[in-house]
Amino acid sequence: MSKIQEGLLYSGSHEWVKTDGDIATIGISDFAQKSMGNIVYVDMPEEDDEVFRDEEFGAVESVKAASDLYSPVSGTVVERNAALEDEPGLLNRDAYANWIIKVRMSDPSETESLMDAAAYTEFLSKQE
Amino acid sequence: MGFAYFPDTEEDIRAMLSRIGVASLDALYSDVPCDVLFKGEFDIPDAMSEMEVRRRFSELASRNTALTVFCGAGAYDHYSPAVIQSVISRSEFLTSYTPYQAEVSQGTLRYIFEFQSMMAGLTDMDCSNASMYDGPTSAAEAAMMSVACSRRKNKVLLSEALFPHVLQVVETYCRYHGTETCVIPMKDGVTDIAAIEAALASGNVAGIMVPGINRFGIIEDLTGLAGAVHDSGALLIMYSDPSSLAVIRTPGEWGADIVCGDAQTLGIPLNFGGPYLGFLCCRKEFVRKMPGRIVGETVDAGGKRCYVLTLQAREQHIRREKATSNICSNQSLMALYVTVYLSLMGPQGLKRVNGLSYGGAHYLHSELLRTGLFEDPFGKPFLKEFALRSAIPAGRLQKALLDRGIFGALSCGEDLVSFCVTENRTKEEADRLVDAVLSCSSKS
Amino acid sequence: MKYYDKLIFELSKDGRTGYSLPENRWPDKEDGLPDVLKRTSSADLPQVSEPDVVRHYVNLSDMNFGVDTGFYPLGSCTMKYNPKINEEMSSYHGFAGLHPLQPADTVQGALQIYGELSGWLCALTGMSAFTLNPFAGAHGELTGLMIMRSYHISRGDSGRTRIIVPDSAHGTNPASAAVCGLEVVQVKSTAEGLIDIEDLKPLLDDTVAGIMMTNPNTLGLFEKEIHEIEECVHAAGGLLYYDGANMNALLGKVRPGDMGFDIMHLNLHKTFSTPHGGGGPGAGPVGVAGRLEHLLPEPVVTLSPETGKYVISGQPQGAGRISGFMGNFGVLIKAYAYILSLGKQNVRNVGPYSVLAANYVKESLKDSYKLPIPSLCKHEFVFDGLAKANTGDNGTEVTTLDVAKRLLDYGFHAPTIYFPLLFHQSIMIEPTETESKETLDAFIDAMEKIAGEAVSSPSILKEAPHNTPVSRPDETLAATHPVLTFRQRKSSDNRS
Repeated sequence: MSKIQEGLLYSGSHEWVKTDGDIATIGISDFAQKSMGNIVYVDMPEEDDEVFRDEEFGAVESVKAASDLYSPVSGTVVERNAALEDEPGLLNRDAYANWIIKVRMSDPSETESLMDAAAYTEFLSKQE
Repeated sequence: MGFAYFPDTEEDIRAMLSRIGVASLDALYSDVPCDVLFKGEFDIPDAMSEMEVRRRFSELASRNTALTVFCGAGAYDHYSPAVIQSVISRSEFLTSYTPYQAEVSQGTLRYIFEFQSMMAGLTDMDCSNASMYDGPTSAAEAAMMSVACSRRKNKVLLSEALFPHVLQVVETYCRYHGTETCVIPMKDGVTDIAAIEAALASGNVAGIMVPGINRFGIIEDLTGLAGAVHDSGALLIMYSDPSSLAVIRTPGEWGADIVCGDAQTLGIPLNFGGPYLGFLCCRKEFVRKMPGRIVGETVDAGGKRCYVLTLQAREQHIRREKATSNICSNQSLMALYVTVYLSLMGPQGLKRVNGLSYGGAHYLHSELLRTGLFEDPFGKPFLKEFALRSAIPAGRLQKALLDRGIFGALSCGEDLVSFCVTENRTKEEADRLVDAVLSCSSKS
Repeated sequence: MKYYDKLIFELSKDGRTGYSLPENRWPDKEDGLPDVLKRTSSADLPQVSEPDVVRHYVNLSDMNFGVDTGFYPLGSCTMKYNPKINEEMSSYHGFAGLHPLQPADTVQGALQIYGELSGWLCALTGMSAFTLNPFAGAHGELTGLMIMRSYHISRGDSGRTRIIVPDSAHGTNPASAAVCGLEVVQVKSTAEGLIDIEDLKPLLDDTVAGIMMTNPNTLGLFEKEIHEIEECVHAAGGLLYYDGANMNALLGKVRPGDMGFDIMHLNLHKTFSTPHGGGGPGAGPVGVAGRLEHLLPEPVVTLSPETGKYVISGQPQGAGRISGFMGNFGVLIKAYAYILSLGKQNVRNVGPYSVLAANYVKESLKDSYKLPIPSLCKHEFVFDGLAKANTGDNGTEVTTLDVAKRLLDYGFHAPTIYFPLLFHQSIMIEPTETESKETLDAFIDAMEKIAGEAVSSPSILKEAPHNTPVSRPDETLAATHPVLTFRQRKSSDNRS
């Protein structure tokens, strides 16, 4: 069973979002890291790059797989998690303690369509 | 009648059919619609014995003319030491597949690692892939790679000073791929750096490809280019002759980001155009966008040093339509060729090869100028290949040389012909060429 | 095989030489070049003697498995015997010394090989013309798709930008399509493993350039409904592309041209016996139906009826130029020699004997391994893992990977694994026509033993291989902190 953290919002492509004002912190869910296996590389956008809702902003790679990352919100990247450059396996260790990018949202209302922990739990139960 | 490559006897076939539970070999195709089963006779020759095959090839070979090669233009007659043929004939290398099962492919994986190390060393780049098909296709891959690295930009500038066949292949790939190309005209026989700088200003440029040694054999002076390219946020791609890099300024020293080219110059025979060896090197920040196989070092379960295909998440078998390239092989055996060549040559031998080629080319250059039939149109530094303006039409000149068993004076522009001299050529051969030129002119 | 732990760089000693070059007696020396054009750093090449070089590479070869070492049942790769006469003919100096830009008059023998080989490939496949320029299967695919796009565009039908690819296809199909600027649309397979025609029909509209098919497909199954597929695709204005990866099953028996395919490629390194060389060089000739002939890439080789001589020419209407010169000529020679040896008599048996071998192995092992699709196969087939595996705790169950690794201990190369993606534990086996019944029996026996071990002593499989020069490599370490050159290795010795 994958862990689901309360208090976060989730997308159907298994990214999580935590908002603080107009800043959204984005990572991948425990389900996503488990299905990837050992993560060996995280392809992240640069600071000041723009991201768009439901569009690709990067990828996570394991030895035998690659999975694109889709942004749950639109906005401008304000920070990328540099720790993942040296140690991408952090995402396997704790997918919720380790975020991938922080985005200044251009339209915070976009988060309204995301799932809360309960909805995501149900979403996953249909997937598994 | 038995056939040497098919081990099955009548009895074997019966036993196998009976295990399968079908009556005949034809019954194995019962799932194929009758009307597509081929029932006629194939229009190919009758089966030949090995002796007949040999005879056929010696007949065919007799229809070729062996020539003394004084031409380059992307294929060079460098010497190939005897050790290479001996090593690459090892069945264990020759008859193996791509090294997917690392435990039984350490031989291939290790020499590819050595190859990558040598190519990175020669070009002065951080990384190399395991090789590609040939120079022009590696250039096309490099152009598409620069687009993949840039995320949003979609245009590649190409110096007209690149060899025409390289330009054509890059343009073909890019046309279908949806990458815009723009050829920047040459100036005085070399890449026009000012024109490139102007073109950069138009924006949307992902990469700029220039030759290290150009279509006229001129060693390009790229002073200031990398700075301008990087200021615009684009990548500098160099198309280089790796053999020359033992002596001439390297792509790394010029500030290039991606290097491509053909490593045929490192001991691979002319082979009528192939197999050759494309190569691709880059700075480490771009390695995850590099197409092709890459070998990396790791350890096995017992801690022993070993090698594996790595960074595979870039590749087609994982990314499918999202891969940066469709390439799923390398010219591994040719990479072995080059690895053995460079091991034998070492830094000193490769310098010596260049010294001999340089010496021969400059001798021929000055002897040809002395005939009064040629002039040097550009007057710029060259290594082993050079272009001259010829008073004699290229076709007639080439024909006169062919009559003396020499292949030279390749047309490379209006009134321009090119020559190339490698360490494989002697002074006697060069003098014979000059004689042929003189007798050709006296006839006119 | 024995472990040998040296890199050529580690044998290097300053001052050693492995070359033998003439004295430089030319008057000019390369140090006459302007300083700005000279290399300043050292080239980082090893300095070793000739005997060192020979012994090093022979030792490396001893860590490699090849077709000449043992049975190589790698699915979709057609690891058949590589005849030795082909190698000798290919290194004949009469060909190896030819410059690719020599005038056609001086290379009539080489051009005859090119011309005749193209003709023979036409005869064997039912196509009208071949280019031998593409360097590999993937390169052939790309070339073929360029021809397909050029065909539509030349008819003013430029909206055809989508290509249909079955979900069972090799990964190169969608990747080639993407490089060619085509959007990939996937068509599903039925439970029988064949293209689902009901899924296909609604996809066919005027945005479709064509369909890429492998027949037999990657499950080794013949697409029986080929006539209906052909009619539907052609009726919708699309073209049919034949991926020749699995042509060995049909060689001598069925011709893609007769099935209605418009464009195809062959892998000479699979079907026509040229060695794989550890990953290449191969050759991927592309054949087309008559109405596409003018779209083949340049240069083209033709026999002039007036002069009786072969000529090399450009192709102004064609798809473009996809190679520096005229393909991997050294490889073409080997395929040419192979066809001469086979002749019209033996070529008829290539497909049938390869299909016989595959079905024999399949029928012999179907109780020990899960056979998801039990019908007659062609030259290869796919198991979906072990029939009875020890299903221990999470992560300890015996998988396809373990079976593959254990096979190495028994002296066989592993089959293709985890492909096709339709099953979770795919084991794809292709024996080829050049293996004897005794070899197949020994392989069957090893596979049976492994199935037994999977139940009785799974740890033997989990830790396999045991008898190879190295055991399983740590691929995560390799990909997380890549060490890709000797120089980088030296500077990162502290990694652990």
